[in-house]
Amino acid sequence: MSSVLRSDDKVTPLRTPERALVEFRGVEKRFFVDGSWNVAVEGVNLSIVQGQVVTLVGPSGCGKSTLLNMAAGMFRPSTGRVLYRAEDVVALNTRVGYMTQQDHLLPWRTVFNNIALPLEIKGLSRAAREQRVQELVHLVGLDGFERYYPSQVSGGMKKRCALARLLAYDPETLLMDEPFGALDAQMRLSLQVELLRISQQLGKTVLFVTHDLDEAIALAHRCVVFQGRPGHIADVIDVDLPVERDLVGLRFDTRYVQLTQQLWRLMAPEMAASATGGKQS
Amino acid sequence: MKLSVGTVYFWRITLVVVFLAVWQFSSGRLVSPLFISAPMNVMSRLWDLAASGKLVYHASYTAFHALAGFALGALAGTALGVILGRLQWLAHILDPFLMGFYSLPKIALAPLFILWFGVGTEMKVLFVALIVFLLVFLNTYTGVRQVSREQVTILRLMQASEAQILRKVVLPSAITWMFAGLRLSVPYALIGAIMGEMLASNRGLGYVLSDATAQFDTAGAFAGLVAIIAMAVVFNATVRVAERLVMPWKGVESERELSF
Repeated sequence: MSSVLRSDDKVTPLRTPERALVEFRGVEKRFFVDGSWNVAVEGVNLSIVQGQVVTLVGPSGCGKSTLLNMAAGMFRPSTGRVLYRAEDVVALNTRVGYMTQQDHLLPWRTVFNNIALPLEIKGLSRAAREQRVQELVHLVGLDGFERYYPSQVSGGMKKRCALARLLAYDPETLLMDEPFGALDAQMRLSLQVELLRISQQLGKTVLFVTHDLDEAIALAHRCVVFQGRPGHIADVIDVDLPVERDLVGLRFDTRYVQLTQQLWRLMAPEMAASATGGKQS
Repeated sequence: MKLSVGTVYFWRITLVVVFLAVWQFSSGRLVSPLFISAPMNVMSRLWDLAASGKLVYHASYTAFHALAGFALGALAGTALGVILGRLQWLAHILDPFLMGFYSLPKIALAPLFILWFGVGTEMKVLFVALIVFLLVFLNTYTGVRQVSREQVTILRLMQASEAQILRKVVLPSAITWMFAGLRLSVPYALIGAIMGEMLASNRGLGYVLSDATAQFDTAGAFAGLVAIIAMAVVFNATVRVAERLVMPWKGVESERELSF
């Protein structure tokens, strides 16, 4: 049986336990909105070990993005601590790459030049840049759209462009806020495969916000379940699936099905009862 | 309703022809030529001016006053706009002074400019520069302030330096506003130059205009106006071409079909 872990439990079945890379300790964040304090998240304890893919799942407005923002150092928690490599995050955290919900592409740059941006900042030569960008363009399936401006391509393409830009800049930790939301099923699957491959091969740590419960299990080493409001961690599901995953075959894996059902039950107890009943028959 | 290019030009030319015909007809019949001259007379006066080389002589002075002032003002306006856009505390301190200065009718400063800089080229160039500066400054400042903080932050996360942020986000983002300021300033640059020339000069199209009216030479005055309009059209077209070259993505955005 899957163990429903408390967030501060040390068990990480996939890798030898190391010191936490990203750690939230008793984090609460309040925002001052229209003359009153609004608590976005409270009582969050969570530590993420290097190389782990952790998905954050839960309804809209339960503070998942707020946690990513704090990990990126956009703002500090109202109480508690946010640590990165055992140090408080007090300024912008340049070790993380952030793929936000809005793509934030630069409208005056073509798809190609948007992806090249982080490489320019790093000071790569033109030739090296072009080669790397071409690889990434191919990876996210934007071949033939290199010279288009963001205003000329679809929402899904913009997302892919933003993903390629994130990968171009190759940060230690990837913060991803619903990155695959606007994509079609095939593209989503191929990018999920790619994300898992990158995280495994390069040991990238990933914090991945999603609304998609299947995705939340399929990608995760651990799946953190949020409930609102104010947002808090309701549960942490330890996803004891093999590290090497076949994301297509996974759909028929009994353990995977069990875990997704568990998540469905947590997220929507009433609906899950009927839904899982149908699946099991 | 979307008109074809041909239709648009047909109606434009028709309008001009009708206007000229009515003008020619009324001159001497309905209104004294002393007031409105006549297209034929204006045309021949324009031809005389061109043939004698006076047109080029005067127009080149006006163009120089307008362009030099425009360049000076645009440069200063852009620079200060970027600086104040980035240094909020300074902008906050200077805000009331800049707005007060901006609301001042610039023509009111002309006599002082004559006092300070004499009646020569410097006076006109600086007068134009002042007018252009205010417009370009205000637009550039707004543009720099409008830069998306998210985009700036994303570049910071990529470990971009302040100079890189300025070059890769702030300036390209502000350039739309800058160009709006530049486009707005073109007619004002001409107004400034002509005004300066009318007030104190013995050359330039503004001088042609005031000299002609002083002698009740209505045809000469209209000839001057035609030359000024032609110059304004050329300047505007130049800015538009520059805009296209500097901001290719804008053309793409405006050509796009509207969609959600």
